[in-house]
Amino acid sequence: MPNITYPAMAIRPRLPNAWDFIAAAAVLGALMGVAPAVRGTFAPLTTAGLAAVHLDPAALPYYAVRTTLRMFAALVCSILFTLGYGTLAAKSRRAEVILVPLLDILQSVPILGFLSFTVVFFVNLFPGRVLGLEFAAIFAIFTSQAWNMTFSFYQSLTTVPPDLDEAARSFRLSAWQRFWRLEVPFAMPGLVWNTMLSMSGAWFFVVASEAITVGSHTWTLPGIGSFVALALAHRNLAAVGWAIAAMLVVILIYDQVLFRPLVAWADKFRVETTAVVPVPEPWVLALLRRTRLLRLGSRTIGAVLAGLGGLRLAPRQSRAPISRTPSRTADRLWLVIVALIVAVALWRIFLFISAGLTLAAFGETLIDGCFSLLRVLAAVAISILVWLPIGVWMGLRPRVARLAQPAAQFLAAFPANLLFPLIVILIVRYRLDPNIWLTPLMLIGTQWYVLFNVIAGAAAFPGDLREAAANFRVRGVLWWRRVILPGILPYLVTGAITAMGNAWNTTIVAEVASWGQTTLVARGLGAYIAEATNDGNTAHIVLGIAVMSGFVVILNRLLWRPLYEFARRRAAPI
Amino acid sequence: MDMMLAGGPLLEVQACRKAYRTDAATELLVLDRVDLRITAGEIVGLLGRSGSGKSTLLRVVAGLLSPSGGEVRWRGAPLVGPAEGIAMVFQSFALFPWLTVRENVGLGLEAQGLPPAERAERTESAIDLIGLGGYEGAYPKELSGGMRQRVGLARALVVHPDLLLMDEPFSALDVLTAETLRTDLIDLWSEKRLPVKSMLMVTHNIEEAVLMCDRILVFSANPGRIASELRVPFPHPRNRLDKPFRQMVDDIYAVMTRRAQPTGRHIAAPAPAFGTALHPVSTNLLAGLTETLAQPPYDGRADLPALATALQLEADELLPLGEALALLRLAEVEEGDIRLTDAGRRFAAADTDTRKAMFAAALKAHVPLAAAIRQVLEERWNHRASAERFRDELEDHMSPEYAHDTLHTVISWGRYAELYAYDEEADQFSLEEPA
Repeated sequence: MPNITYPAMAIRPRLPNAWDFIAAAAVLGALMGVAPAVRGTFAPLTTAGLAAVHLDPAALPYYAVRTTLRMFAALVCSILFTLGYGTLAAKSRRAEVILVPLLDILQSVPILGFLSFTVVFFVNLFPGRVLGLEFAAIFAIFTSQAWNMTFSFYQSLTTVPPDLDEAARSFRLSAWQRFWRLEVPFAMPGLVWNTMLSMSGAWFFVVASEAITVGSHTWTLPGIGSFVALALAHRNLAAVGWAIAAMLVVILIYDQVLFRPLVAWADKFRVETTAVVPVPEPWVLALLRRTRLLRLGSRTIGAVLAGLGGLRLAPRQSRAPISRTPSRTADRLWLVIVALIVAVALWRIFLFISAGLTLAAFGETLIDGCFSLLRVLAAVAISILVWLPIGVWMGLRPRVARLAQPAAQFLAAFPANLLFPLIVILIVRYRLDPNIWLTPLMLIGTQWYVLFNVIAGAAAFPGDLREAAANFRVRGVLWWRRVILPGILPYLVTGAITAMGNAWNTTIVAEVASWGQTTLVARGLGAYIAEATNDGNTAHIVLGIAVMSGFVVILNRLLWRPLYEFARRRAAPI
Repeated sequence: MDMMLAGGPLLEVQACRKAYRTDAATELLVLDRVDLRITAGEIVGLLGRSGSGKSTLLRVVAGLLSPSGGEVRWRGAPLVGPAEGIAMVFQSFALFPWLTVRENVGLGLEAQGLPPAERAERTESAIDLIGLGGYEGAYPKELSGGMRQRVGLARALVVHPDLLLMDEPFSALDVLTAETLRTDLIDLWSEKRLPVKSMLMVTHNIEEAVLMCDRILVFSANPGRIASELRVPFPHPRNRLDKPFRQMVDDIYAVMTRRAQPTGRHIAAPAPAFGTALHPVSTNLLAGLTETLAQPPYDGRADLPALATALQLEADELLPLGEALALLRLAEVEEGDIRLTDAGRRFAAADTDTRKAMFAAALKAHVPLAAAIRQVLEERWNHRASAERFRDELEDHMSPEYAHDTLHTVISWGRYAELYAYDEEADQFSLEEPA
């Protein structure tokens, strides 16, 4: 299994410290800083950029291309952001103390929640043009992709093997050469794997961000997401079916043509020099490597890129950096600046809360949060109950695992919100209680993360341990309790964490679902945020987001990280 | 080709000091008052036990670490950072796994900004010189360990360094491969085909040092100092079985065992303090060594170099074993010999339970750290104590890695002796075995 950096695990387990609170305050303060601007500029935006979307299956390929382009535009932004932010955080001690906790908080914030702010902001940046909407959508996708990629890159930069670092220094590579010859290649496997995970998650957001309603205004962009939104409003089940089919094709192509080859290619950057279990070469990579013309093309591009990386752009590091003593005064100055920013953010939060929110409202959202938490936990628990036995069964059979694991990854990439209508129809038809029956919506997207991690864990389970267990005739409950569960625990926890993060984001879409005129609402924080967005009530949106982020951060810190550390320690090979 | 600079030394290190700050108050001295001069045309070896600072000195010379005191001059000018004309070969090879052999070798030239054509030519000739022809397009993970280190050598030689630094270059290789590489390198050196003026190598293998070097500097540990300097008068190629060669190896063993106790002839009474670093030595190895020594042909006494050869251990592995036995008063080490004490003979003959009891008694009497842990546990009402406090206390006396090793050792010895139990999850010592 590729070395995965799950965002929640990327830094050492620790209890929340002062920097986390500072980062949280800064993020919330910034949100509230944007809020008045949003409210103030609300009026002039009456009918800006309402692109017409038709429910014609023939138009779907065009919409699919638009959606995919948006996705890749965001990916380019994410990569640039990753290289910049990750490098800054890893290289500058002063930047690190603020950038890393900030990242940690940012990736815990439910992105869908502040979609409404960003849409209005970007539309105002380009008044009367679709470009603004496009930027808003791209930004939304970017915010769903960037954080774990950045975390992975940052972590790689801080764990460059010391001998390679010494070799690079003793051969006097310039900073630019060092970046492209040592740091980026070393970070590549983790970065590619996280990019794949990000992209999988992002299909969900690209679909959600194409049709946005803030207050009484609805903005749509031509794409599969807006196509589905329109189909829902028109109760056109056939159109929903067409959209799902189109999405399946798009993801299949993206999976086969881009990511399988990319993951296989990134394997050459792995530092472990021991041979790993060979995986079959993806057909696209084989095509690229074996076809003469394509190979020539990729070689040429590769040579140009290598040449760029080899340029001696930056000055060499002349001094040995170990002995550099940090300047105390500069440190203090830096702390003062940070403290000032935090003070301003806190002041804003105080003003905001004292202006529009009561303690009772806060209490309400906490209770809503508990409802959502129950739903999220239920979704994860059901995923584990269902997929753990199946995943173990599959993982222990190499031939099944080889087929099943890519399939599960593929399914995880499929935006679950496209499937929501099917369940909503059932709920409406059988008059089921939305408080309970909207939960399966969260299950649709999250279960695959549990499945593919369990398969990976079971597939990596050492053969000799299996034989030993069989030899001592360990079977049944004892086998599960003593052998396989502890063996795959790190993978299971990883899967559960990813699933949980996904489920929190899904609550915003899943707790309010509509089919034509019928709207189903389940009580919960997601519904609270969705309704506040619909009402254009910024104070409630910010409160909802803050409470949800709080839930996510606290769960990560108090439950998942310690559990993951425990699992990792215990399952570490002797 | 290499006597042009015969007038002045290539490298001059004077009164070099290197200390690490452990916390605000204490400083950990790794290198102390080290002088070193390297002139063109010689191979100099830094020989010493692990942790004696020899690798630190090499990294100071490489410009990878800057000294805390003293002066390093390279070609007459103060050394600042990695300098032109110094290239290094790493113990772990340090090859970039994503670059091919050709790209790895060409890396240093690329950093110098050489035009591609010249780069290709020099890379090719370095690859051919070191016997890597045909492997140009391979990735490091496709190569065996020996081939990987050849890439490491070619990568260093391609920049035509005046001084080639080697950090235990053959210690990660198996015996046969290491020997081939050594002789290949020495042959190239003798034929003056290496584009270098001098070599400085770190090793803990005594025979390797005598086989390759013209001058050997023996390091003593804590803090690292040059204990003695020996000239190797034999011409290349050298024969390991020659009598003078064996004699020199024996002499160096004697120097290295004598060093641990500079005041007397015996190592038997090092008067260990709480903060004495313990090498992580397994109790199985200790027991096995006493049994071997008690039996013929040794009958309680052995010559360390001969014993090392018979047991296929390197000096670096055997000496800590001997020292641990000496610490526990199970053996005495003197002038390159090891001799079982009466207690050692009884220990070798005893059954498991008796051995454990003897070991426990020896720990309490001669390892103050183990005795202190036991005493604290007995005094506590719940018979538990956090390992953290002992770790902290140790770190006042030694580097964090040493503290970690020492604590690890005292845990494993204490477990064997059943003096106390240790719970890793809670990082706690206790008197009873945790359920």
